[in-house]
Amino acid sequence: MVSAFKNSWITFKSIFTGMGVTIRHFFGPSVTLQYPDERAVLPKDTRAKLYVNIDDCIGCNLCARACPVNCIDIETVVATSDVDLGKTSTGNPKRFWLTRFDIDMAKCMYCDLCVHPCPTFCIYMVPEYEYSEYDRTNLIYHFSNLEPAMVAEVKEKAEKEAAEKQRQREEMMRKKAEEAKIKQMEAKKKAEENNSGENDAQSSKPENGDP
Amino acid sequence: MTHYILNISPVAILVHAAIPLTIILVYALVAIWAERKVAGFIQDRLGPMRVGGWHGWAQSIADLLKLIQKEDIIPTDASRFLFKFAPFMMFAASYAAFAVIPFSSSYIGSNINIGVFYLLAVTSVLTLSIIMAGWASNNKWSLLGGMRSAAQMVSYEIPTIATVLTVIVVTGSLNLMTITEMQSGNDILGFLPNWFIFQNPFLIVAFVIFFISILAESHRVPFDLPESESELVAGYQTEYSGMRWAMFMLAEYADMLLLSLLGATLFFGGWNSPFGDFMSGPFWSFFWFMLKGLLLVFVMMWIRWTLPRYRVDQLMHICWSILIPLSFINLVLVALWEVIF
Amino acid sequence: MIEAITENGERREMTINMGPQHPSTHGVLRLELVLDGEVITRVKPHIGYLHRCFEKYAEKMDDYAKVIPYTDRMDYVSAMNQEHGYVVAIERMLELEVPERVEYIRVIMAELQRIASHLLGIGAFGLDLGAFTPFLYLFTEREKILDIFEKASGARLLYNYMAVAGLMRDVHPEFKEEVSDFVKTFRPKIKELDDLLSYNQIFIKRTANIGVLPDKVALNYAASGPVLRGSGVKWDLRKNDPYSIYDRFEFEIPVGSGEMGTLGDCWDRYIVRVREMEQSLRIIEQAVDGMPDEGDVMAAIPKRIRPKEGELYARTESPRGELGYYIVSDKSASPFRVKARAPSFVHLSMLPAISSGALIADMVAIVGSIDIVLGEVDR
Ligand code: SF4
Ligand code: SF4
Repeated sequence: MVSAFKNSWITFKSIFTGMGVTIRHFFGPSVTLQYPDERAVLPKDTRAKLYVNIDDCIGCNLCARACPVNCIDIETVVATSDVDLGKTSTGNPKRFWLTRFDIDMAKCMYCDLCVHPCPTFCIYMVPEYEYSEYDRTNLIYHFSNLEPAMVAEVKEKAEKEAAEKQRQREEMMRKKAEEAKIKQMEAKKKAEENNSGENDAQSSKPENGDP
Repeated sequence: MTHYILNISPVAILVHAAIPLTIILVYALVAIWAERKVAGFIQDRLGPMRVGGWHGWAQSIADLLKLIQKEDIIPTDASRFLFKFAPFMMFAASYAAFAVIPFSSSYIGSNINIGVFYLLAVTSVLTLSIIMAGWASNNKWSLLGGMRSAAQMVSYEIPTIATVLTVIVVTGSLNLMTITEMQSGNDILGFLPNWFIFQNPFLIVAFVIFFISILAESHRVPFDLPESESELVAGYQTEYSGMRWAMFMLAEYADMLLLSLLGATLFFGGWNSPFGDFMSGPFWSFFWFMLKGLLLVFVMMWIRWTLPRYRVDQLMHICWSILIPLSFINLVLVALWEVIF
Repeated sequence: MIEAITENGERREMTINMGPQHPSTHGVLRLELVLDGEVITRVKPHIGYLHRCFEKYAEKMDDYAKVIPYTDRMDYVSAMNQEHGYVVAIERMLELEVPERVEYIRVIMAELQRIASHLLGIGAFGLDLGAFTPFLYLFTEREKILDIFEKASGARLLYNYMAVAGLMRDVHPEFKEEVSDFVKTFRPKIKELDDLLSYNQIFIKRTANIGVLPDKVALNYAASGPVLRGSGVKWDLRKNDPYSIYDRFEFEIPVGSGEMGTLGDCWDRYIVRVREMEQSLRIIEQAVDGMPDEGDVMAAIPKRIRPKEGELYARTESPRGELGYYIVSDKSASPFRVKARAPSFVHLSMLPAISSGALIADMVAIVGSIDIVLGEVDR
């Protein structure tokens, strides 16, 4: 009987202590933000959305390779020798046209791994978080600033130059091969000369100019 | 003042029916909003803020409009008639009980001599409708919720009735109007109103038991087992949606108000003003009455947002081995007190 | 006990699915309950709804560093601790020395994360038992920790902050100050929690003597962390097998004592978590004092990590228990095998052993008290 009363007393006491805590909070201030009217101030390096300063990108593809989920899609075209793409603000020379630089923010997991390897610090996170879309494809951000016509043009040019280079290279290869051949033949001849020179040094001379 | 229903004109019946209904509906809209506000403030939030301007006062109205538009889903294997009928029966039960509540010194729906008895009898239909809903949904969670609530309400009716009896021992009347009238005046210690809670120390105990029991009867935390969302998903309401669910909600809030008003009538002087004749009269008495009832409702909300809930067997234990014996002992003690003083 | 009996005298049982969409299964756990009235006769957990192939992904990555974001996502409630475990494992494989400052920052982060995780764990536990309000009070505190994390790492939940041999970035200049401020404001909140929940009699009634896990059973199931300590076994990897610089700090290992009921009941497991938060605060205070103000946050390592051929198991104390990484390297830059020993998985497997004969409401309490994170169970 006594213990029952004691138990009830303890129960009531604990209930009233709890109610005391809640009533204090009832009259206390609220800690929430009224979201669309008020907004939290995010630290400046919050990871909320990727941004690429495309003018500084040298197309090195390091960011795409660092990404664990492959959500960065880069396509580069070598700049032809007649154009100079200039330098980035960090002083790295640019050698590629960035014909495609897409980031799929629907796939991105905000891991920041792509940010660190960039040599020109041009890919980074910005604290902008209100970018919901009704269609998932709208979450693919296109950072390349080349017009499609321009893309076609540079591609064509690059192809031409590549073909030219290829040709030149082939030419060179052929030349090299020829030279090598000639050298070989010469070496052969010399060897022959050496061999036969002791017997008949004169006989091999007319063959020299033969194709 | 005794009326017999057949003697009253149909218009009067309609008016008598409309007054409590209006009160219930307005109260439910306000109370649902207030509950969310109380929850918000207690939890360091603000609660609804956007609909209607000042502190989102129109939130409940917006919710109601949303619920009306919702599809009325009836599970394939449900017992269709019972499923559809249960929410209305539940609301009807708590609504009917308002007939005998003396809202003001000059208004009571039906001034019958067995008011308390009628009220307790009608509210026990609530149990039935909950079992009905739980069974008809053909859902295991609903069934468990229904069974729990049946057990709970049947058990807790006993301490409720026993504590109501203590008051009746003092008054000797079952008429709620008479009970209220007996509490007017400010005579205790020269200034306290003549409310029953101040008249007799054992009536304080009675009130505590009564309050605990009505918490359980109206399914409020810590006794909200029939619909405990973290155990039974939503108990007997699991399969309900749209307006039918809203009816349950309405009935629940109406029940809460009903029992709080009953508590105010029995222990806190009903519509009597706490300042004697000052601020009395038909309107002020209505004001005081609602104020007392709503204060009790606020305490219920406050408790809800503070405490965890009991387990089903502990609930039964509290009722059968603590509250029931205590309430009967208390009844005897009150009777003795009345005889001696 | 309630028994349903059919006409032929046999007991009728009801099978009911708790989850995967149930409010208190902490994610997507499905419990198949066989009920006799409200009494549970059998329980069978079904897992795998959140399986994301962590281990297979890890093998596919061409860099050890790329696995770290995936470890975050295993136990998303305590991402820092998951990362810590992983980088500790890799550093041991490489036999690497990590700068002093890094170690201190890591410890502070890991302990803050432990507090954050426990706050969520006990808050959700209260929520399961119907106490809504403490949950939100604790969330307010958790937000403060997340604010610190956000400032340091840029993210609020999945940080990818620790890197092999260092940290992804240095902490902000006000870091120390903010952490000490948090420690100061958080202490009184524990007292408030005691008032509101821990010593609330209804809460005690709901948790004491429920889901009793005797220490023998706990050891047999290889339980760890607060679940094991709740059963009275003094075992904490920070003390028993110190990693990082935990051997430098002074703290106690709180264990359950059966204060309110039986040793190893839900309340014991709960209170161990609460007391652990206090101990974490102590560690944080010491670490803040000892942390060097200047220094590198990255040791010099080759760009591509290629550990020697071999295998290694490294274990750390995550908020949920022993988090182990078993890593096999074949000398290439991509891991040959990464296996995670997830404490939640182990603890979930004990569920049938400790919950038969309980009521449905107890089931909720038991699941809450072992504090599982389904992301870690399924991986
Ligand atoms: S943040 Fe991570 S997931 Fe997103 S693009 Fe960068 S590397 Fe890929
Ligand atoms: S790493 Fe930087 S420079 Fe290289 S491709 Fe990516 S964004 Fe451009």
